[in-house]
Amino acid sequence: MPVNSVGDAIKLEGLEKSFGDWPVLWDLDLTLGWGQFLVIFGANGVGKSTLLRILSAQARADAGKALIAGYDLQRNPQAVRSRVGVVAHQTFLYDDLTALENLVYYGRLFGLNDPEKKADEALSKLGMDRRSGQRLRSLSHGMQKRVAIARAIMHRPSILLLDEPESGLDRGSVELLRELLQEWAESGRAVVMTTHDTELGFSWTGQLGLLAEGNLHLSGPEGTGDSAEFLRRVTVSLGASR
Amino acid sequence: MMQLLRPVLILVRKDILLEWRSRDLVVSMLVFSLLIVVVFNFALNVTPQRVTVLAPGIIWVTFAFAATLAMNRSFVREMEQGGLAGLLLSPVSRDAIFLGKALSSFLFMLLVEAALLPIFGALLNFPVLSFTLVLTIVMATLGFALVGTLFSAIAVQTRSREIMLPVLFFPVILPVIIAAVEASSASIGSEPGVGLNRWLPLLAIFDALFLVICPWVFAVVVEE
Repeated sequence: MPVNSVGDAIKLEGLEKSFGDWPVLWDLDLTLGWGQFLVIFGANGVGKSTLLRILSAQARADAGKALIAGYDLQRNPQAVRSRVGVVAHQTFLYDDLTALENLVYYGRLFGLNDPEKKADEALSKLGMDRRSGQRLRSLSHGMQKRVAIARAIMHRPSILLLDEPESGLDRGSVELLRELLQEWAESGRAVVMTTHDTELGFSWTGQLGLLAEGNLHLSGPEGTGDSAEFLRRVTVSLGASR
Repeated sequence: MMQLLRPVLILVRKDILLEWRSRDLVVSMLVFSLLIVVVFNFALNVTPQRVTVLAPGIIWVTFAFAATLAMNRSFVREMEQGGLAGLLLSPVSRDAIFLGKALSSFLFMLLVEAALLPIFGALLNFPVLSFTLVLTIVMATLGFALVGTLFSAIAVQTRSREIMLPVLFFPVILPVIIAAVEASSASIGSEPGVGLNRWLPLLAIFDALFLVICPWVFAVVVEE
């Protein structure tokens, strides 16, 4: 049952972004429905993180139209922020607070009722409940990443945006993440993640996209393209040999 | 109003908890300030005859330097694991983020100043229990916190943040320092009260101006 079935989860039309004279995204279109899981591949510097930063209202596009969860990104960024959860390379957490204190702090900022309970639930979901009283600086990189994922899902966002979430995670944690994201999409929400890891990306059920030359080229199990041909394009783009 | 106040208080609470755990900001400000006072005390040979002339200058040079230390640390802590980015991702207005950070810095500075004032009084031999002196300190510190928070947010995004902050901060805060020195002179001088009616309203005007301009500029600065 979709959480929010009004319109599309993400609708981008003619999105453009440059850094000085260096164009990163141009004329980028994307429509992602509720319940969909999009995995975006792309080489370093093609604009994967920039695209996620725009989708999460952290950066402004130079041109184009973006509707996130039905809200215009330019006109109503605050409404967008309350509906997206972001996992980035940085954890957005404080070293001298415990895992639980970090999450409760963010829960309060998001205006959640009973933030302690919701923080506990999120940490349990990521298998971090036994470490919730430990300061962040005493946790390993992988555990910090799990707390960061718990922070991103705690306010039950309609859309999850994840920038290479598998980096720093062991196999067990990656499997936990896969289950969580699958569950998120199946509950009618939407998930967008970027990755370099073709093996991982292709093994997860979802729509696949390749960000190259400023634009997003889609394929996927929905039958929008030949997946073998798409895999070849992705590996060529990433410069990997398989 | 509550919509603005609630996140401000959440931010302040978090900053106080972080400072309580690390104590790096308040302790470094205190030690640094004490060193300045001791250096000035010996360098300027503060005799009882010259105390009313020298003490206000010494106080405000010390407070201003300590403020830059506090400001530098304030946003560096936010940048370490991307706390500022996390804050900007939350559905909280930029004004609330600015005011929360400024209020935290204001409280930390006041705490250090409250600890230093009796030491100043003892070393320089002047009366510290003066309402107008305390009022001057509160008003000038508010100005420091507002301007410092804004420039700290700018400086922290540059590579040479430690140099950038004082370079940006001091030219803008200079009128506040001048007004604070003059008002302090009037508070502890031989003719208490003379000139206060000129300098205290000036401080109030600066605070009001900064309270309007700084949050607005901050919102522009933190948006890419």
